[in-house]
Amino acid sequence: MAILSLQGVSKSFGALKVTDEVSFALEKGEALGIIGPNGAGKSTLFNLITGNLRPDAGQVLLDGRDVTGESPMQRCASGLGRSFQIPQPFGHLSVYENLLVAARFGGRLSAAEAPAHCMGILDRTGLASLADRPAGALPLLNRKRLELARAMATRPRVILLDEIAGGLTDGECVELVATIRSIHAEGTAILWIEHVLHALTSVVTRLMVLNFGRMLMIGAPDQVMAAPEVREIYLGIEA
Amino acid sequence: MIWLDTLVQGLLLGGLYALFAAGLSLVFGIMRLVNLAHGDLIVLGAYLILGIGTATGLNPFLAALLALPVMFALGMALQAGLLNRVLGEDILPPLLVTFGLSVVIQNGLLTAFSADSRKLPLGPVEAASVPLGPVTIGTMPLLTFGSAILVILALNWLFYRTALGRAFRATSDDPVTAQLMGIRPQRIFAVATGIALVVATIAALYLGARANFDPSIGPARLLYAFEAVIIGGLGSLWGTLAGGLVIGVAQAFGAALNPEWQILAGHIAFVLVLLLRPRGLFPRALD
Repeated sequence: MAILSLQGVSKSFGALKVTDEVSFALEKGEALGIIGPNGAGKSTLFNLITGNLRPDAGQVLLDGRDVTGESPMQRCASGLGRSFQIPQPFGHLSVYENLLVAARFGGRLSAAEAPAHCMGILDRTGLASLADRPAGALPLLNRKRLELARAMATRPRVILLDEIAGGLTDGECVELVATIRSIHAEGTAILWIEHVLHALTSVVTRLMVLNFGRMLMIGAPDQVMAAPEVREIYLGIEA
Repeated sequence: MIWLDTLVQGLLLGGLYALFAAGLSLVFGIMRLVNLAHGDLIVLGAYLILGIGTATGLNPFLAALLALPVMFALGMALQAGLLNRVLGEDILPPLLVTFGLSVVIQNGLLTAFSADSRKLPLGPVEAASVPLGPVTIGTMPLLTFGSAILVILALNWLFYRTALGRAFRATSDDPVTAQLMGIRPQRIFAVATGIALVVATIAALYLGARANFDPSIGPARLLYAFEAVIIGGLGSLWGTLAGGLVIGVAQAFGAALNPEWQILAGHIAFVLVLLLRPRGLFPRALD
């Protein structure tokens, strides 16, 4: 059964339809990529999934349960984790404390369980040596790692990644992708918005294209990228 | 030697101001809410202690102990039922609502207890003192000062060593992201205001023990508290303690020069600190 599914989800800001009857299902443990030009409504779609925005129409289902009316905090407790395109660390907390907050509240771990859980994630994301640094003082790569680490600390069954590879060097990107692959290998479902296509296609097994808030197509990455309408969007923008 | 005595009296008085200010500082630090009713809530706490003492015959220290959970519950209810509704991007609604609350509390107390000034009857401890080197220190001012240090230590421990404190700080940094980490900001805010009123009750005990109080004195306590918070630097609890001490010492020296200058000297110290250190003595490193 699908861990996350959207059914006819729509959202308008005034006259502008930013999400237009989007329906899809993310299977348990699946990795699905989302691409589309700027302004296609990708981040809005994430906000609708996490509950930061309420849809005008349609339903969001987590593990088969309708969560459309639930708060972001309840959805987090149900296993939904998210990283932001622009990293939003708790700047006055240390890196380790950022994870502890996520693990204790979102991950519902006890005071005894949380430290080991968080230390393990710090190791996996390469942040262990920075554990006591204030998160607000981190440079970009480490902020991105922290976004991922903090989302992992909430013990999600679905993790939403928003352009996490953007702005990184090739070497940094390879490291980050390795971490994401390891999360996926543990059975966590991944929904990933990304412009860096080679990073995306090295993890996901399906690709979805958004354009003007509508789902243009969804399918295997090579088929999607070969489709004329997708090439047109990308060539139209990049040429 | 008279100057040393004045300095010590000023520091001890500053402890009381720090107690006034700690709850205000806590609430402002977590939810950027300036509670204009904070002074009146302290006075309400003093009347509650008085009421419990009168009804049960307990001395004010024990009565205050019973008042603590009542005030905690009141703080939670106040935040959950009223203040959470007006928190948002606009800072004006919370100011208006807490200002209204201040008026309501003052008039409610006036109706219930009349305008007569009251005092918490502490018995012999009021006049007791301990000799400390060249100066003699009143037992109650010393207890006040010690309580202020303990309150700041306890709040710092809560803030930096507990899961609740991390949730306070995370919510203060970014309430929207905090929700995605499974934190419910409204609940966190309610607990914070509950704790602020616990501290206000401790302040109320020493306020009522030190001097007479009546329903109208809240706003002046708010003013001292506010100045202490600003002097110390927004968001710093130790700064708030330092701010209280600065006002206390300034008032003591002002009063030593001329009794009419006591209050004025505190305000002048506040203005001077603002001129020299506009962000306070201990501003937060990252902002």
